[in-house]
Order: sequence, then C-alpha cells, then structure tokens
Amino acid sequence: MASRLKRWLPVLALLVLAWVMLMALLLGPARVSPAGFWAVLADALGLAPLPAEFRRDAVVLGVIRGPRVVLGALVGAGLAAAGTAMQGLFRNPLADPGLIGVSAGAALAAVGAIVLAGPLVGAAAGMMGLWLLPVAAFIGGLGATLAIARLARRGGATAVGTLLLAGVAVNALCAALTGLLIFMADDRQVRDITFWTFGSLAGARWAQVPVALVLVGLPVLGLLALARPLNALVLGEAEAFHLGIRVERVKRVAVALAAIAVSAGVAFTGLIGFIGLVVPHLVRLAVGGSDHRLVLPVAASLGGALLVAADLAARSLAAPAEVPIGIVTALLGAPFFLWMLRRHIA
Amino acid sequence: MTIARRSLLAAPLLLHAAGLRAEGRRIVAIGSAVTEITFALGAGPGVVAVDTTSGFPAAAAVLPRIGYLRALPPEGLIALSPNLLLVSDEAGPPGVIQVLREAGLPLAMIPDGAGGAALSRKIHAVAAGLGVNGTPLAEAVAADWAALDGMAEVPPVAALFVLSVARGAPLVAGRATHADAMLMAAGARNIAAGFSGYRPLSAEAAIAAAPEVIVMMAHVVEEAGGVAEVLRAPALAVTPAGMAGRLVVVDGSYALGFGPRAAHARRDLAAMLHPGLALPTLPERPWLRA
Repeated sequence: MASRLKRWLPVLALLVLAWVMLMALLLGPARVSPAGFWAVLADALGLAPLPAEFRRDAVVLGVIRGPRVVLGALVGAGLAAAGTAMQGLFRNPLADPGLIGVSAGAALAAVGAIVLAGPLVGAAAGMMGLWLLPVAAFIGGLGATLAIARLARRGGATAVGTLLLAGVAVNALCAALTGLLIFMADDRQVRDITFWTFGSLAGARWAQVPVALVLVGLPVLGLLALARPLNALVLGEAEAFHLGIRVERVKRVAVALAAIAVSAGVAFTGLIGFIGLVVPHLVRLAVGGSDHRLVLPVAASLGGALLVAADLAARSLAAPAEVPIGIVTALLGAPFFLWMLRRHIA
Repeated sequence: MTIARRSLLAAPLLLHAAGLRAEGRRIVAIGSAVTEITFALGAGPGVVAVDTTSGFPAAAAVLPRIGYLRALPPEGLIALSPNLLLVSDEAGPPGVIQVLREAGLPLAMIPDGAGGAALSRKIHAVAAGLGVNGTPLAEAVAADWAALDGMAEVPPVAALFVLSVARGAPLVAGRATHADAMLMAAGARNIAAGFSGYRPLSAEAAIAAAPEVIVMMAHVVEEAGGVAEVLRAPALAVTPAGMAGRLVVVDGSYALGFGPRAAHARRDLAAMLHPGLALPTLPERPWLRA
C-alpha cells in the first residue's frame, strides 16, 4: 500500500468507529424512528424541546444505549491498544494483557466481592453499593500486574522471559484462589460469577463514563505515544538501547498503562475475551506490517468498533433476552484466531 | 391508536388508576412466584413477557422470555414497552436494576422470601404494583398455609434436599434456602442446616448425617436416570434413606417457588414425608390450575 494512503488509515479507522457507534445507537430491539433520533438530538443540543411522543426514544438513546456505546468504545479501544502494546513488548503474537495477570487478578477480586461482600464487609458493601465490584476488580487487576512486574525485576532490569513465567505462576495462583472462593460460594453466587466472566455492557451508566475516560482513555493515549519506542523494541532490546530508547522505562510504562486500561475496562464490563488478541493481528494484516505508529491507533479504533458491534449483536440476537457479550466476541474471535494459527504454521 | 399510545406513555399513573384493563396493560413479570401471583390475581392477560424461571401457569410458559432473572436485559425490557415491571428482588445484576430506574421504567420490586409471612408480603406487593386488592388472595393462601401449622407438633423426620447428584458429591440445600424452609414447614429436620445456601456435601458427611428421607426435584431425578439410579449414588446408597429406598420426588417450582401454591405444596410434601399421618384437606383453589 502506498505510504501516502497509509497515513490516512488511523483517520479511516476512527471514521469506522464513529459509524459503528452511530449504528449501535440507532439499531436494537427497541425501535427508534429517524424522526425520534433527530428530536432527541435537537433536545440534547438545546435546539428544540422534546415532543412528548419521543420520550421513550430519549430514554432508549440517552439512558440505555448512549452509555453502552461510549463505554463499549472505550473498553474495546483499551483492550486492543493494550493487546497491541503487549504483543510488541513481548515480541510474541500470542501475547495479550492476560499474560501480565490483569484478567486473573481482576477475576479473583471480582469473585471475592461477589462471594464475601455480604458477610465480610457488610457495612462497606452497603456504602459502596454498585461501585464495590468494579473497584475490587480494578485493584485486583492492577495488583496482580504489580506483583508480576516486581517478581520479574532484578537489579533495575526486567527480563521479558521472567515476566512471562512470573505471569504464568501468578495467573495460576489467582485461578486457584478464585476456585477456592467459588467452592465457598452458594448456588446463586456461582451463577453471578458465571455471568460476570462472560462480560456484559448491560449495566453501563453515564456515571461510569467519566471514570472510564480517565482510567481507559488516558492510558490509551499514553500507549499511542509509545509507538516509536515500541517499534525500536521490536528490533531487540540491545538495538533499541543503541537507538537511544530508555528500554526499562518504556517496558515499565507500557505494562503499567496496559494494566490500568484493561483493569478499568474489565471492572466495568466483566471479562471480554479475544479483542486484545485478535484485533492487533487483524490490523497488522490490514496495514501490512507492524509499525506501531499505524497499528496502535488503528487497533484502538477498530477494537472499540468491534466491541460496540458485538454489543449490538448481544442485545439484538436473542431479544428480548441478551446474550453475554464475552460469548459473542469469543464466538467471533476463537475461529478467527484458529485460522490465524493455521496460517502461521503453514 | 396514536392517541391511546401517547397517553399511555405520558401518564403511566393514570393507567394504574384504571385498574385491570387487560388491553391497556403491558406487564413483565420477573420471578416464578411473582408470575404465579400476577396470574392468580387475574392480571395474566396483561402479561407480555416473563423470565426463564417462570414456567407456571401454562399461559405464562408460552410468553416471550427475557432471559434469566440474574442477567436482565435493559434494552430487551424497554423494547417490550411495558407499563409495569413486577420484579422479584432476587433479580439482577444490580447495575441493570439501576439502569432500569434511571430509564424511568415503572418498577415494582417484590420482596422474595420463604414461609407464610413472606408469602403474604409478596402477594400484597404484587397487588399494590397492579393496583388491585390483594387481600382475598393473601388471606386464602394464609388460611391454607395455617391449616398445616400442626406439622410443628409432629416429630420431625430427618431429611436432606438434594439439588443435583452430578459428579459424586451431591449439591444439597443448607440453611436460608427455600428448600430448607419448605422441609421445616412440612415436618422435617434439615440435616444439612449446618451451612447456608446450596453446597456440595461430601459422601462421608451425607452418610454421617443419616437422612431418613431424600427430597429431590422431578426433572433432576429424571436427568440422573431415575429413582433407582439416584439411590445407587455412593453418597446416598448407605444412608437410612438410601437403604429404605425413601426418595421423595417433588415438582421444583411447585414445592420451592413459594408462590400462591405453596400451602398445597406444603400439604403434599408433608403427606409424602409422613405417610399415614392424617392431614387436613385444603380447598381446591383456582390458582392451582395450570
């Protein structure tokens, strides 16, 4: 592809994201007429008061779909950008944020919140209400990453191989502790845990959006700024060092930003698989190369677009019931990933 | 049509006052007891959708399903244009309940619970949501329930409620479960009351607890291969119940739903737990008919 054209790919991906978000806002089991959409938009912009017959449309667009679409775009962008950065950092196409413990740590803390909220922290749980589970999951995801990073550091340097091994061990420990909590859980809690691990945007509310903008949006921007050092790292750590890249700092910052973005995303939506793994591969195929200055922004936009589209499918496929979104993304992602794997082997 | 639709959206409160006009009603009932009470109060024709736990009466079982009650879909619910959501407080997740509130959907939360008093609270809460008089139904059910209160004097039989027998350790009902409440109400002592909720019980613990009767749901027994197969499970075979072949099979939503049929379920379970015991006959009630 001509390099002049390539420069426009991030803009194109952003347009795709905007289009998918608009479609997800307009479509779904609760029908909204075009007239209703314009009336709600005019009301939101303060141009014209909302006619009474469009009150339901205003609720569907403003309360139900609006926060879902925005939160979905942010979380999808966070997962995909973090996945791209991890694959670049580990120089491994199979890397994803799960490797640095985010998913397992967040799951352990979320399951802990579901199982122990009642007996252990009754008063605190009542006070924090809807925020207890997301806050716990966020801290759990970050905590696991921090533990892995600490374990892998020796004399100020982080060996990527040790980081991977420490990740495997911490993941196994988190999974075992999660299993212990599930063993302690009663039947209803087990069902709640199951649904949490499938992921869902059904509980998205505007109150969560500012938090997600800070904890997912900013880290994504930070990862985009790391494109050049990540490119250098792909050549090898020694080569990157000779190019004047502060290798240790880049590694630490990239892991920290990825962990924050994914922990915060998982905290709001539960576990959503395969976006972080599949989207970077898709984008590398599409742009023909692994230049992070292109791949990172395009992957972030397309990750957002894919999650928003998957959420549209999740709420439409079995309407009036809802399919958990993690099932939709994995149903799309797993066969694609297997195809990639076969191609890679061949 | 447009005018009727407009007034329906603009003034849900007016609709409340209008009472049970089935053609104007769009009710979503969430929770098996909530659905049964709604139908028993005569509001069945206005129900447009139920959750997957609502299988009774037959008219409810054929309605569109909005999914499992712990995973409610906000857009699916609003797409049904309901003017009343009767929601068991067992429903969730909490984030979705919050979204439904913020969307301004007319929500009536119905307190869940087991036992005679909880049953009465449920019926009154559903009736209040519907804007109808719930007292006749509540009193009839309370009278039927109280007719069996003599079961408290009967020497209790040691019983174990088994939710499933898959993979060795049976999953049994401990304290604070609907099964525990129903066992006690029907003259049984729950030998698994040492813990709360549904937990796996090790084969050794099951044998040590020595249940005289095992109680299970019909579809579970069927899936496990029948009564004889269930009683051959190592955890149950050498218990007094297993050796005597005493497995009591109940219908899940009937025996454990704590809806309007709970009093009759209590009588039927008591009769099976205490064969030969003279029990009061309960009047035939319209809400027992599917």
